[in-house]
Amino acid sequence: MPGRSLLEKIWDQHVIARLSEDTDLLHIDRHLLHDLGGSRGLLDLKSRGLKVHNPELTFATPDHALSTAPGRAGTSKIGQELLAALRVETAASGITLFDVDQPGQGIVHVIGPELGLSLPGATIVCGDSHTCTHGGLGALAFGIGSSELTHVLATQALIQRRPKTMRARFEGRLPLGVTAKDMILALIGQIGAAGGTGYAVEYAGSAIRALPIEGRLTICNLSIELGAKMGMVAPDEKTFEFLRGRPYAPQGEMWDLAVKAWRELPSDPDAVFDREVVIDVEKIIPQVTWGISPEHVVGVDGIIPDPKAVDDPARRAAIETALEYMGLQGGAPIAGTPVDWVFIGSCTNSRLSDLRAAAEVARGRKVAAGVRAWVVPGSENVKREAVAEGLDKIFIEAGFEWREPGCSMCLAANGEVVAPGQRSVSTSNRNFVGRQGPRARTHLASPASAAASAIAGAIADVRMMGRS
Amino acid sequence: MPKPFDRLTATAAPIMRSNIDTDVIIRIERLVGNSIRGTLGKWAFGSLRYLPDGSENPDFILNREPYREAEILVTGPNFGCGSSREGAVWSLQERGIRAIVGSGFGDIFFANCFQNGILPVIVDKAVVDQLAADIEATQGAGKVSIDLEAQTIVSPSGARHSFEIDPRRREGLLKGLDEVALTLQRDDEIHAFQASDRTARPWIHSTRISA
Repeated sequence: MPGRSLLEKIWDQHVIARLSEDTDLLHIDRHLLHDLGGSRGLLDLKSRGLKVHNPELTFATPDHALSTAPGRAGTSKIGQELLAALRVETAASGITLFDVDQPGQGIVHVIGPELGLSLPGATIVCGDSHTCTHGGLGALAFGIGSSELTHVLATQALIQRRPKTMRARFEGRLPLGVTAKDMILALIGQIGAAGGTGYAVEYAGSAIRALPIEGRLTICNLSIELGAKMGMVAPDEKTFEFLRGRPYAPQGEMWDLAVKAWRELPSDPDAVFDREVVIDVEKIIPQVTWGISPEHVVGVDGIIPDPKAVDDPARRAAIETALEYMGLQGGAPIAGTPVDWVFIGSCTNSRLSDLRAAAEVARGRKVAAGVRAWVVPGSENVKREAVAEGLDKIFIEAGFEWREPGCSMCLAANGEVVAPGQRSVSTSNRNFVGRQGPRARTHLASPASAAASAIAGAIADVRMMGRS
Repeated sequence: MPKPFDRLTATAAPIMRSNIDTDVIIRIERLVGNSIRGTLGKWAFGSLRYLPDGSENPDFILNREPYREAEILVTGPNFGCGSSREGAVWSLQERGIRAIVGSGFGDIFFANCFQNGILPVIVDKAVVDQLAADIEATQGAGKVSIDLEAQTIVSPSGARHSFEIDPRRREGLLKGLDEVALTLQRDDEIHAFQASDRTARPWIHSTRISA
């Protein structure tokens, strides 16, 4: 019998019942709720006359519909109603809520790891596609829809088809100025936005081992932009060090027991994957998207694709549609494209290390005239740590706006939008049509690249800034 | 509980662009609120269907006859990628869509379709392209037939194609099964699993704050 992969080990440990050859009823260890869908799910459950199966395994926080303005000024009436409903319904069900201004509040995919709720070997779901983020700790984590959310509330279980497995091996030493965000964007560029559809992706190789946990969370976060609803990294000593002492992580004897079990999780050396991809990270340069899918990505020193040079009519049409939306000229360099907005935040890149990387570029410099630049920390705890380090001052002195934690301009569910036709460099995860607001134009990049672009007033190569 | 799906003969609209994400299917601001069901049909594909001034975009296929009545979409690769928002499926359903035929779908969108009695059919890209060409050859007048029981799809040209589908999901759609009710029938098994898992992995179940 061949060895088992990380995915197979976690999966097998969670099977409550085998429903068919490839479909199982899986136990769900952690269910995370947010303001957009949390109260709706709890109300749906109530309307069916059902109760939350395991409130102690369910945790909630507001993030999506909340204003990130100081004092939360500007949260819409409906956003306030959703927050009020989340408070009432979680209290009624005995679910822990990390509320506004409390340590623990934040973007749901930032707080799970930060609080030690997300653990290696755990199954974690949330009504949000970027739940794959938590896979960076060696968890099996994935986004679900509203119906599945109700199913988990009612049963603490979920019916799932076993996915195919892919291993993406990042090998080599990461060049200076190149980050986890650039690694994963490069992979998406290489295999496409549907390259991972139907797969659970395990990220492996020397460059993944070398990444700090926050970088691994960023890598896993973009799994869904690869088409894969699950992405994961095998837990190692770095994972254990990251989790040790966090509020909800096991302690004392339980910690030792847990670590012992977690050491068994990494894929066996002879594990077989349905697909293997190898990426030489030494060839990666800072990435930036030019189009309307994360697969529309180039190195920052690259050229925007010229549709006239493309033979395949479908591909040519796709490039033309993207360039028209983005207001770009095929064949031109991407660097130097003037920008109106810079957004540093989101479940992809709003952790302390992301803010440090951006602040390092911003320190002692000024945001270019005509550019609005926001920094939105991922959680209340990230905000407090950043303030304790003085990062907020660096940003404010450089002309960035320092905001309250939340999803903000990543998805524009909170009134925080890029105006029609304006161009944004964003550390978020989706450059979809209208994602940051109707007709907004989004270029995805790393925090360092975004900060460099804010300073330059145009898409910029952080490696030319002299400090990366 | 989803409505059962068995067979359907209807107008089909090809929307062949790749990577149509769920943000394009329904914008997030339409989904903010707990009373959104029933309000979403007119916002499906909003950014494609309407011009910036709010008027209908005459170039968008679902604004043209006879495609306005389409109950089937024929879609390009990776339709429904991106956000997990089930509102994308609700908006299509409220717009009258009952089946979607494509070469591949976003994983979460695909699962959400089944939860709502919408049939997503995966066939080879060549079959999708042929279907789209056959529909366009009749300017949408030719209907497409889908038979879930027989697992076949018939193009306006009469060409018949079979498709594969997970037998569990097929049965769920044919009978309109409620997964929550089905799983709750196994509640004893869930409790038994948790009891033994509490011994094997106590750190998962003991979530009292320890700091």
